[in-house]
Amino acid sequence: MVEFSLWDIVRNLVIAAQWTVLLSTIAFIGGGVVGGLLLVFRMSGSILANRLVAGYVQLFQGTPLLMQLFLTYFGLALLGVELSSWVSASLALTLYTSAFLVEIWRGCVNAIPKGQWEAAQSLALNFSEQVRYIIFPQALRIAIPPTVGFLVQVVKGTALASLIGFVELTKAGTMITNATFKPFLVYGCVAVIYFILCYPISLYAKSLEGKINATRA
Amino acid sequence: MQLAHDTSAKMHIVQIGQLKKAFGSNQVLKGIDLNVQAGEVIAIIGKSGSGKSTLLRCINGLEAFDSGTLIVDQLPLLHDDAAAMRALRQRVGMIFQSFNLFPHLTVGRNIMLAPTLVKKESAQQAADRARKLLARVGLSDKFDAHPDQLSGGQQQRVAIARALAMEPSVLLCDEITSALDPELVGEVLRVVESLAQEGMTLMMVTHEMSFARRVSNRVVFMHEGRVHEIGPPAELFGNPQTAELKQFLSSIHD
Repeated sequence: MVEFSLWDIVRNLVIAAQWTVLLSTIAFIGGGVVGGLLLVFRMSGSILANRLVAGYVQLFQGTPLLMQLFLTYFGLALLGVELSSWVSASLALTLYTSAFLVEIWRGCVNAIPKGQWEAAQSLALNFSEQVRYIIFPQALRIAIPPTVGFLVQVVKGTALASLIGFVELTKAGTMITNATFKPFLVYGCVAVIYFILCYPISLYAKSLEGKINATRA
Repeated sequence: MQLAHDTSAKMHIVQIGQLKKAFGSNQVLKGIDLNVQAGEVIAIIGKSGSGKSTLLRCINGLEAFDSGTLIVDQLPLLHDDAAAMRALRQRVGMIFQSFNLFPHLTVGRNIMLAPTLVKKESAQQAADRARKLLARVGLSDKFDAHPDQLSGGQQQRVAIARALAMEPSVLLCDEITSALDPELVGEVLRVVESLAQEGMTLMMVTHEMSFARRVSNRVVFMHEGRVHEIGPPAELFGNPQTAELKQFLSSIHD
């Protein structure tokens, strides 16, 4: 039997953690783009668009992320669409992230007083000008802290991708445990690495929140 | 003949015919007829809920009316036609009770935004005009200030400058001094009064009765969604014809 030193364990986990970071980044950027498009679609004022996006959000917020991963990986395979675990995980996490971001951002847009829309309208700005020059710049300021905060959820959510065979931090932890029979040590290290990834993000979100409150006061 | 027709139509900057508007089952405007001539100053008074703010907000399409006609400066208000609304709103300026300056933009940018976007003015042109307008409302030194650095009265004067930058044919004022501390009301009213003297067409919903009396050419008393009484201020305030107006006037003199 091969002996694993602590250094071997940590080194392998850190290598695998790069995939966690990459998957989180893809999910976040993809989710941001999809979420942004959904937000614009929802704000267009059409009742149908509003209902469709609301249904989409309910679907992804009301089902476990794990089921979404299983459905994109196993479900689509049944329909003849064979996706690698890598593509499936990216897709599922992107959709999941977009559903949460569109809700967060919609809340921020709704927080802008109605008078801002009315002033922009009465100055003859068209809808896209109202959104681009008046609403989004103000909504963006208040959206940054909750958005960055949600990134933590995405990073932790990537752990579930291990269950469809994607080798990231958690999956690597399981594999090393199977080889070393030291679950407490290995998963302890896994947890510490997740914490090291997430804690700075949380701190950053907090400091952004503080900054906004300070300029408001 | 055609010419004569045109001149008579031109004299009316705002033409409102049988305007009706309901919020659900609540009929707020029950058929308003009102023509406003160029250069006229109209004060709209009445109890809260009488429909006066709704009437004002219909004139630039912030509220969609249910039936009737509304024509501003020859342009009919077509609520579903974005291009028509954009054209019409360039002729109608509006000033709000709560100022509604854009907090993320400087005072100068607040004023320059619409002319550069809608009228495609160059930044230089728009900036020059913004400085002139700021001077006119007595705020020459505030071009680079942010709205939250100004008092309420100053913010409202910026809002007036912002509306004037679009060179509107008519300016709607919706209780523009109601959110101000009493000592700041005068500075805003003085600006409005100077606009009236320069011939700007004004329609203002106001609770400042002495101001309405001094500045307006006609006063409209609205009651339960109708124009209940209309006439020159001296007549309306001096010799009210209806019981409702008498009661309204006595209630505000308490």
